[in-house]
Amino acid sequence: MAEATSPIIELKDIDVTFKEADRTVKAVKDVNLQVNKGDIYGIVGYSGAGKSTLVRVINQLQRQSKGTVTVSGQNLGNLSGKNLRQARTKIGMIFQHFNLMNERTIGDNVLFPLLLGSKLTRKEKQAKVDELLDLVGLADKKNDYPAQLSGGQKQRVAIARALANDPEILISDEATSALDPKTTGAILELLKHLNETLGLTVVLITHEMQAVKAICNKVAVMQSGEIIERGDLLTIFSNPTEQLTKEFIETSSQIDSALANVVEQATVQNLGAGEQLVVLSYAGDSTEAPLIAQLYEKFHVTPNILFGNVEILQNTPVGTLGLVLSGVGDAVETALAYVAQQGVHVRRINVAEYRAELARKAAANNEEATV
Amino acid sequence: MTTILASDFWSSIMPNVVENKDVFIQSTWETIYMTLVSGLVAGILGMLIGVVLVVTAPGGILENKPTYWILDKLVNIFRSIPFIILLAVIAPFTRLVVGTSIGTTAALVPLTIGCAPFYARQVQNALVDVDRGIIEAAQAVGASPLQIIFRVYLREALPDLIRTSVVTIISLIGLTAMAGAIGGGGLGNTAISIGYNRFENDITIMAMIIILAIVFVVQVLGDLWARRTDHR
Ligand SMILES: Nc1ncnc2c1ncn2[C@@H]1O[C@H](COP(=O)(O)OP(=O)(O)O)[C@@H](O)[C@H]1O
Ligand SMILES: [Mg+2]
Repeated sequence: MAEATSPIIELKDIDVTFKEADRTVKAVKDVNLQVNKGDIYGIVGYSGAGKSTLVRVINQLQRQSKGTVTVSGQNLGNLSGKNLRQARTKIGMIFQHFNLMNERTIGDNVLFPLLLGSKLTRKEKQAKVDELLDLVGLADKKNDYPAQLSGGQKQRVAIARALANDPEILISDEATSALDPKTTGAILELLKHLNETLGLTVVLITHEMQAVKAICNKVAVMQSGEIIERGDLLTIFSNPTEQLTKEFIETSSQIDSALANVVEQATVQNLGAGEQLVVLSYAGDSTEAPLIAQLYEKFHVTPNILFGNVEILQNTPVGTLGLVLSGVGDAVETALAYVAQQGVHVRRINVAEYRAELARKAAANNEEATV
Repeated sequence: MTTILASDFWSSIMPNVVENKDVFIQSTWETIYMTLVSGLVAGILGMLIGVVLVVTAPGGILENKPTYWILDKLVNIFRSIPFIILLAVIAPFTRLVVGTSIGTTAALVPLTIGCAPFYARQVQNALVDVDRGIIEAAQAVGASPLQIIFRVYLREALPDLIRTSVVTIISLIGLTAMAGAIGGGGLGNTAISIGYNRFENDITIMAMIIILAIVFVVQVLGDLWARRTDHR
């Protein structure tokens, strides 16, 4: 099974520099990236971070200024013309705006890649188109035109087209960014399904951590052309080190908005001695321990649940619970020490400080908005 | 009985037209001939130039600054020359190509040269409108530049190409009338050398009516075709 973990995409020391009349833009700086076969590798970053430029290097729609690109063991930087085009057929790509041909039917859009040099017979090509449309659930739309389809359906067509040459890799550049949340979920599910059934390796570019959370097993965070943090999903989520990573994780969860709400309540603002606001988070097995019950049984600490949330990351439940704990003396502290021992992450919230912090952030945002 | 009455009717309002019926039939064919032949040659030339302009332009699929720069300037220059002057200026060249500088066949040369740059720009505009993302998607599935030109650019821009071709043909019909004025034949020639010069107004009017009818037919057929191919 060495095959399963060998890198299918390897980017080494990649720089991409755009030279314009008045300035040069370093869109990608010294990026090293390994994507293994079967990965769904998320790359997150704000707009302008260099994500699109970086992935366009993978299929050489963008040539790198420096560094090497190896895909399935082949150095793509050395290829040009016919050989490069041949290599590209093994790397599918989907886009934010679908990029379907408006004047061709759905069937003909999917057929298009097969018209470029495939050795299949006419009949086999049509069979392949039918099979692909079936795979993305659009068999009945074969003779429609893109203008007649919804955004989600168009993206499905684009996926079918990207798969026509049986690629090993699918690059998704903000493919769900123009879609509503429900459709986004369905498209992400489809990508996950393709990953599981076809062994397709997916590189998922997005500015929404939510999408990464939904299907990725690995994630890299990009800022100003550099990858500033990377790792497998659970590790990054449970232990982010960079400020930007934390920010992305926060925006993808409801915890902070829930907390902001909670600290405005009078009862929470007036916590007495022996009372503490905490956020507990836990992944995997610890979810199953009857923790809350034990708090009272063992320590006579009363938990007052304010909010809670469970998410599934890579088939592992990750739960978050906002509580006010009250007990006599240092019962709460003893209880929290025990909880931490059980592998639960404990975050103590000082309500006054937290509110001051929120006010500072709001003021900063306002300033930004008025500049 | 009715035919006699009808011809009486026409003789009374357009006496000279009826008398010169054969001239009209012939000059109508000449106009159609000049339009079709120069339209075909200019169409091919203009299409070629328009495509080359788009693919060699900065950011194009076969970016090539010198080619783009030269073609772009040439098109601009030829588009700026008023047709009536072009007719005169290229007369020696015309004689070289078709052996004479007067007559219907001689008119084909200036008509083609006058029309091709105009059409090239129209083609360029139509192709430039094809979404950059669609081209990129084609490159991503391994399409070659030629495949992108024929299977993406020309295909996606087809409705616009039909519309701009109609515009070009109509302006070409206008040019054939002008070419007629310097001895190229056709309805323009008939209108000027017979109608205008001999004060036979009904001839001028009839020539105009036929030209309008041809324009109308081209317009209607073109619109229908464009609408049928457009699925945006
Ligand atoms: N073809 C180009 N020419 C010049 N600058 C470019 C080009 N493509 C991208 N850039 C610049 O490179 C930076 C990264 O862009 P991009 O890769 O599109 O970011 P992202 O996809 O993360 O939003 C931006 O500053 C952008 O303006
Ligand atoms: Mg982008």
